[in-house]
Amino acid sequence: MAHAYTPGLKVAAGTLIRRERRLPLKGEVLVSVGDEVKGDTIVARTELPGDVQPLNLAGLLGVAPQDLDGYLLKKPGDTIKKDEIIAETKGFFGLMKTQVKSPLNGTIESISTVTGQAILRNPPSPVEVDAYIDGKVVEIYKSEGVSVETYATFIQGIFGIGGETKGIIILLVESPKDHLTVDMITPELKGNVVIGGSLVTIDVIRKAVEVGCIGIVTGGIWDYDLKELLGYDIGVAITGSEEKGITIIITEGFGEMPMADKTFRLLKKNEGKKASINGATQIRAGVMRPELIIPIVDPGNSKKSNKEIKTSKGLEIGSPIRIIREPHFGKIGKVTALPPELRVIETEAKVRILEAELENGEKVIVPRANVELIEE
Amino acid sequence: MKDELQTILATDCGSTTTKAILIEKIGGEYRLVTRGEAPTTVEAPFEDVTRGVLNAVGEVEELTGKKILSGEKIIKSRKNDKEGVDIYISTSSAGGGLQMMVAGVVKSMTAESAARAALGAGAIVMETIASNDGRLPHQKIEIVRKLRPDMILLSGGVDGGTISHVAELAELIGAADPRPRFGMGYKLPVIYAGNKDARDVVKKILTEKADLAIVDNLRPVLERENLVPARNKIHEQFMEHVMAHAPGYKKLMAWTDVSIMPTPGAVGSLIHYLAKHEGISAMGVDIGGATTDVFSVFEDVFNRTVSANLGMSYSISNVLAETGIENITRWIPFEIDEKDLRNRIRNKMIRPTTIPQTLVELKIEQAIAREALRLAFFQHKTMAVGLKGVQQERTISDTFAQAQTGETLVDMMGLNILIGSGGALSHAPRRVQSALMLIDAFLPEGLTRLGVDSIFMMPHLGVLAEVNEDAAIEVFYKDCLVPLGYCIAPIGTAKTDGVPCIRIKSDDGEFSVNYGDMARIPLATDEKKKIIIETERGFYIGPNKERRIEMEISGGVVGIIVDARGRPFKLPAETGKRIDKLTSWLKALQVYPNT
Repeated sequence: MAHAYTPGLKVAAGTLIRRERRLPLKGEVLVSVGDEVKGDTIVARTELPGDVQPLNLAGLLGVAPQDLDGYLLKKPGDTIKKDEIIAETKGFFGLMKTQVKSPLNGTIESISTVTGQAILRNPPSPVEVDAYIDGKVVEIYKSEGVSVETYATFIQGIFGIGGETKGIIILLVESPKDHLTVDMITPELKGNVVIGGSLVTIDVIRKAVEVGCIGIVTGGIWDYDLKELLGYDIGVAITGSEEKGITIIITEGFGEMPMADKTFRLLKKNEGKKASINGATQIRAGVMRPELIIPIVDPGNSKKSNKEIKTSKGLEIGSPIRIIREPHFGKIGKVTALPPELRVIETEAKVRILEAELENGEKVIVPRANVELIEE
Repeated sequence: MKDELQTILATDCGSTTTKAILIEKIGGEYRLVTRGEAPTTVEAPFEDVTRGVLNAVGEVEELTGKKILSGEKIIKSRKNDKEGVDIYISTSSAGGGLQMMVAGVVKSMTAESAARAALGAGAIVMETIASNDGRLPHQKIEIVRKLRPDMILLSGGVDGGTISHVAELAELIGAADPRPRFGMGYKLPVIYAGNKDARDVVKKILTEKADLAIVDNLRPVLERENLVPARNKIHEQFMEHVMAHAPGYKKLMAWTDVSIMPTPGAVGSLIHYLAKHEGISAMGVDIGGATTDVFSVFEDVFNRTVSANLGMSYSISNVLAETGIENITRWIPFEIDEKDLRNRIRNKMIRPTTIPQTLVELKIEQAIAREALRLAFFQHKTMAVGLKGVQQERTISDTFAQAQTGETLVDMMGLNILIGSGGALSHAPRRVQSALMLIDAFLPEGLTRLGVDSIFMMPHLGVLAEVNEDAAIEVFYKDCLVPLGYCIAPIGTAKTDGVPCIRIKSDDGEFSVNYGDMARIPLATDEKKKIIIETERGFYIGPNKERRIEMEISGGVVGIIVDARGRPFKLPAETGKRIDKLTSWLKALQVYPNT
């Protein structure tokens, strides 16, 4: 296959970022094209229909479903209050009536004379969508949402948990090889996104949640710790809805993994700035990676020279790569040769390989499937 | 048209790769000419499946020197040996395949029949709801709302039976007001295949809310299933609704000469054709990155199950979650730290397209594959069952057998052939690795032929069988099925390892294998040999507890594997002993280099 390599994660000092902010169903858009918005500005709003609850009317009244009509005090579409009588039997001379009261405030959706069931609906609940990033509204999707654009530093992680949140970036380590430790987590970090180096452990995460820190970005995490945090083994990698009080972004992988130098340098440069982060990850067709976006307040001239991140062309001699599987996992190097023929590797599989020189000068042969391009 | 086919182009649009194959009639027989592949392009930035198809076909053009494309179109009138094809066909599992929800009145009867109909059509069954499944009505509504299936199959009641239960299920579906996965603007297809007397009621409830189609009852009487009309309707709706809304499929549908089939549906029909063709019982397994499918034909009954979250890349973590770390570790022939193993599995999950470069990594992946296959097989056994709730007439002799309704149809002793497909099995560096993975996961009993799909082309042949069965079967035997050989596995156990268990006699002499051991006897694919198999007391080899069988056996790329580890099979619990045993088997069969 011509493109047998993994497209790299994107790490860029400055790029145009656009994010669609859509409602789950149609509603009202509250901003206009050209409006400057903050991350927490509400841009669209709607009402989600309430949950439904079936009620066995015929059964409760003790009548046949087809005879229900004669006992109803309310009809489909009517508004009902909790404990309001929906239906009643006539009883003997007006005595010994059987009454069915509404268990909720809401409306009657339908009443069936086949099954004797009434479907009741709770009142709608409001849903709001915020802008997520500081930027400008560039497009409106009528009744559905908007598109917000900003010029920003953009960093993709490899895996994350927890949803969207916003906070100030605080660097807690000197080098990308350092671990985050419990004593680094102090109450002053409340509301902030902390940056670590190669590892975050369960104790550190728990302390961070305790002090109200909203995000952690680090190179690696032990799967064992992740399981302990979540209380279950992640099956399929679809995350983002965990409610653990914190969003975690892993930039390199599972185990102790020093954060890539470039990512670390960029985060260091942006210390003290506001970031929008999202741990949501979906590793399926239509892959979705966790992200950290730091809007650049005054981009100056650089904005003109940068467009939306381009899709890379592929591996070439000289391309910077990261090896993403044992035995050289995590190492960075440059492609030195791309032989077209298949080669036999240690497992005896015949695969497309590439030759690369690592940062320490070591020359290695790696299956093309086991490298990712370092992209900008 | 069937006899005139000279050149056949087939593609399979998988969730990650689109594979194209070219089949031609050469010297009076159909043969595979070449294969090309390219990344599937359902997602952004392309969002058009035909782009990947054109790229894969482009690779076929390059490799054969033939002209198949004219600009961005497939040349469909074959002009000569160098230009055009007679027919173009395709299967697809891109975009997550067909995801369905089924509903029935009684969980173990109509709901189970509905699940079988959906699975047989190539769908992933996301959830089964039944009137008696123990959930409260509002919970059922919540499930329908949340899961967003591509389609719902509603069944329930025998013809002429009560209608209120089916009506209630229809009301729940209506109340949930389900939305399809793709596109906001169309109604969700719902197929009704239940009690015919309830059709009007169901129509009244669901016509406004869903795109309702009505077919014959899939369980018209308790004693009989009638799954074909529902399966056909699922295919039709899949094309009209689901596929038509997936990016680029409208265009692809216009190109193909027959309907696009869901990939697993195509593989299933090929296994079915094979079993019919040879008059045997057959089982197939396709282990993919996201899902593992198992197909079987026993007593002429075809069954398919899909384990939607068992696979070797996207779903690898789910194998760990479902089976537990100990069950994976038990297949690894060296000591490994649990934390390290966990991290390795997760790292494959987050970078699913990587491949093992070292032997250690290969052994770990193949250990995980054994568990994925084993779990998928277990699910298949529980689903491939006879009809439940059926009264059986019994004679005096049957009363001693005490067979119950709803027993699994899977009979490993009666199984004639077991075929593996999918990356982990088709692309294992040594074929004997595939053979041993199949044996460890499925534990065949008695005599079983083993095979693998050479380059993962069973989906293409499955859809080809719809057009020209003979061509599909011909290519299957000549280019697709790699015969691995036979597995001979006696039933029974002994108290200690090392006692005599089984002897195989032939012109070449006698070969015996002790209990607890494995052995490999070379016998090439085109060779046949007359052998006598004899087992020691306490072991048997045939369906009627035979201890002696005389037969002509055919070979394969692996040869004959004698598995004298006994059935039921058990691995030693103690780590050192377990590793010694695994190592001795791997050595006996020459599974890995330097072992």
